[in-house]
Amino acid sequence: MLLSFINSLPGAVAQGIIWGIMAIGVYITYRILDLADLTVDGSFATGGAVLVVCTTSGMNIWLSLLLSFIAGCAAGLVTGILHTKFGIPAILAGILTQLSLYSINLRIMSGSANLPLSVMKYDLILSLRDIPMAILISLLFVIVIIAVLYWFFGTELGHSLRATGCNPAMARANGINTSRNKIIGFIVSNGIVALSGGILSQYQGFANINMGRGAIVIGLAAVIIGEVLLGKLFHNFALRLFASVIGGIIYYIVLTFVLCMGLNANDLKLFSAIVVAIFLGLPYWKKQISEKYGNNKSVKKA
Amino acid sequence: MLELKNIYKTFNAGTVNEKRALNDLSITLNDGDFVTIIGGNGAGKSTMLNMIAGVYPVDSGSIIIDGTDVTKLPEFKRAKYLGRVFQDPMMGTAADMWIEENMALAARRGQARGLKWAITNKERNKFKEMLAELDLGLENRLSTKVGLLSGGQRQALTLLMAVMKKPKLLLLDEHTAALDPKTAAKVLALSDKFIEEEKLTALMVTHNMKDAIAHGNRLIMMNNGKIILDVSGEEKKKLTVEDLLSAFSKLSGTEFANDRALLS
Repeated sequence: MLLSFINSLPGAVAQGIIWGIMAIGVYITYRILDLADLTVDGSFATGGAVLVVCTTSGMNIWLSLLLSFIAGCAAGLVTGILHTKFGIPAILAGILTQLSLYSINLRIMSGSANLPLSVMKYDLILSLRDIPMAILISLLFVIVIIAVLYWFFGTELGHSLRATGCNPAMARANGINTSRNKIIGFIVSNGIVALSGGILSQYQGFANINMGRGAIVIGLAAVIIGEVLLGKLFHNFALRLFASVIGGIIYYIVLTFVLCMGLNANDLKLFSAIVVAIFLGLPYWKKQISEKYGNNKSVKKA
Repeated sequence: MLELKNIYKTFNAGTVNEKRALNDLSITLNDGDFVTIIGGNGAGKSTMLNMIAGVYPVDSGSIIIDGTDVTKLPEFKRAKYLGRVFQDPMMGTAADMWIEENMALAARRGQARGLKWAITNKERNKFKEMLAELDLGLENRLSTKVGLLSGGQRQALTLLMAVMKKPKLLLLDEHTAALDPKTAAKVLALSDKFIEEEKLTALMVTHNMKDAIAHGNRLIMMNNGKIILDVSGEEKKKLTVEDLLSAFSKLSGTEFANDRALLS
């Protein structure tokens, strides 16, 4: 039992990093824009589907990955428009896009729910055939993505996005177009989510119509586990993004552990939801307790 | 500098909660006018400022700032002309961002924001000097989150942010109402200083009649969405709180009612 856990540890780490990339995308909407975006359940699978279809039709793997990213951006654009131009609450706007993406993803995959992508036939960037290499390459992706986001959120536009999420009234009073900024946030976020979907489909060697089901929960789990465990340590923006990736890794290690302990794989989603609920509840309980016992520090924050 | 022409605004039209907030409101502000606004509950003071800022659209009428008709412009586009400080100290700054980040945002009010670095080192030094002038010890806390500051500090910072890029019009909406008396006096003194130094045109809503008399060169009194009294110059200087109260009951036919009006 323990042996099988240790054997599957590298795979858990690799998957954790790939889902951690997805969590970086979730971080942008959930933490920076303060919106819960459920589009990601659909756009993650879109990324996987686009990559497999493009690659198997003979396209260069990097170009396929770029198209995955762009397809995710398009999904984000739709949610952004539904939210800002149709006045639909962000959660509902995301659900609508996610639902429509189910049909669109099936179209992309020509009606089949599962499309294989063999590492023997195609020149993939990474695969579970070589897990150490997959870990290394996905870590490189993480570094590049965090570096680009660190730069972006340090620019004038990036700052205006942060202000939009933090205090929209103040942002508008300072001449910031908050609707446009929210759309940009949805686009960037879903682009990154689809990119990680494209990476995962290479890693696992297939794209599946259901591969994104519950993705938002895993993304939130990674973000929140990262924050709860490392929030006090990591203040720098780049490090906080990296904390989400670490959260993803921890999440997958725990998941692998409970599977090795004999948890029925069918109960996995239930388990994930419980983990996220607990970690979402922790900061709230902490606040309640400190308020009850008159800790001034947390009162000031509220 | 500012011209409001026949502004009408009704909230919740056609329901039992229908409220005519502005009723044929017209006023012209000259360059450098510092106007204080007083009035009872629901007189339309804050609504007037929010209409100018574009928080909600007007039903009819037009708003002209420095010769430009802004009536149809969205809030974020009007920001180019306006500096704003709100009653709630939490509202004017982004709590999760640093002092210097907030200031850099304000420094770009009305400009296109691109992919240039958000704060330059030159700006940082300038911000330090500006903060030192506030005399609140913020000049060495550029990278402190604004959320950690006190209400008074946040309000002073918001005021600084509102004027650091010279606005055509400064809107102060009961900006000292949520502060303790000592801090309120300090923020009010800072407002006076900025308005005088930069020769700003300003509108200040206040619930304090003494403040309304002591500050600015012009005073207007509002009731039921209209301006019922408009005094300036020497006449304003001679006003007393009693004058204002008797003027109010004469002009409106009712007693002055404001939950927070301080008559002392």
